[in-house]
Amino acid sequence: MPAQAPHTPAPGHREPGQSPLKVGSRTLQSRLVVGTGKYASMDVMREALDASGCDVVTVAVRRERLYNDQGKSLLEFLDLSRYAILPNTAGCFNAEDAIRVARLGRDILEQLGNPGASWVKLEVLGDRKTLLPDPVGTLEATRELVADGFTVLAYTSDDPICAGRIKAAGAASVMPAGSPIGSGQGVLNPANIVLCLEALKDGDPTYPVIVDAGVGSASDVAAAMELGADAVLLNTAIAHAKQPVMMAHAMRHACLAGRQSYLAGRIPRKRYATASSPWEGVIGYIPGE
Amino acid sequence: MQVTVNGKTMELPEPTTVRQLIEKLDLGKAACAAEVNRRLVPHKEHPARLLRPGDVVEVVSLVGGG
Repeated sequence: MPAQAPHTPAPGHREPGQSPLKVGSRTLQSRLVVGTGKYASMDVMREALDASGCDVVTVAVRRERLYNDQGKSLLEFLDLSRYAILPNTAGCFNAEDAIRVARLGRDILEQLGNPGASWVKLEVLGDRKTLLPDPVGTLEATRELVADGFTVLAYTSDDPICAGRIKAAGAASVMPAGSPIGSGQGVLNPANIVLCLEALKDGDPTYPVIVDAGVGSASDVAAAMELGADAVLLNTAIAHAKQPVMMAHAMRHACLAGRQSYLAGRIPRKRYATASSPWEGVIGYIPGE
Repeated sequence: MQVTVNGKTMELPEPTTVRQLIEKLDLGKAACAAEVNRRLVPHKEHPARLLRPGDVVEVVSLVGGG
């Protein structure tokens, strides 16, 4: 018998510290953005998305692979009144291809009347092995897509200089990678994510920064949120978990826990211990006294 | 006439519009987008846009992705 998953909170239920996130003119109710790729079945995907509490899902644009083995399209499994669809440009290795794919994706969403029509998760990749972003191509594509009316959410590395350039080019959100896509290594360089956050939010504290890629488990999501990221985007960590639906619940909790922890403000790290119980009144021997 | 559709050569009658091609591919009911020679043909123009011999066409739809 499968383990019992916790229940998804009722729609509209809001935890302390839970607040919507503005990205351009869009408002995300959940700070977890979840991909729709690599699930064992469409039914598992649908259940996992539900458990994750997300209201934005990413999709890819591909040649004529409209129907799965059962002759059903992805869109038949996505409630468009519930989820805003964010098309990506995954698989593009230069700015020109990414721009083409972004325009194709927008054209499809316009037909669906989806409010995500004019936004894009921009990926311009450097190579197939690392799937790390090509910063020059990303910058070029950002400029052109912004000029073409797109709300650009740009996947980038954790380099704060590059992140600043992409913001200056007009991206509505910069999305530094925690680690390579699908690698499950979590946030490899938290110090750089903090530098990105500080650079991007300097004088512009509400500028949305989304940690995109590399999440392996729920603690990675919590860690990214604790650093002050506004949201986390993930896919494989849920889709390839042994129990994707259970992991989706975990991700939802971790995202909220990390956000609350960030807002609550952590204690400073100290080299030595500080007792939680008073010294005064200890009845026994205390070393050094 | 010969056109290339999603990387494959196809023989199509003349005239054929982008819309007619999409229907021929049995994709007529679903949401898909098309470009001809690397330029988007907006969906509103599909019924009027005529294909020409040698055109390179891409017809795409949405799939799962991250």
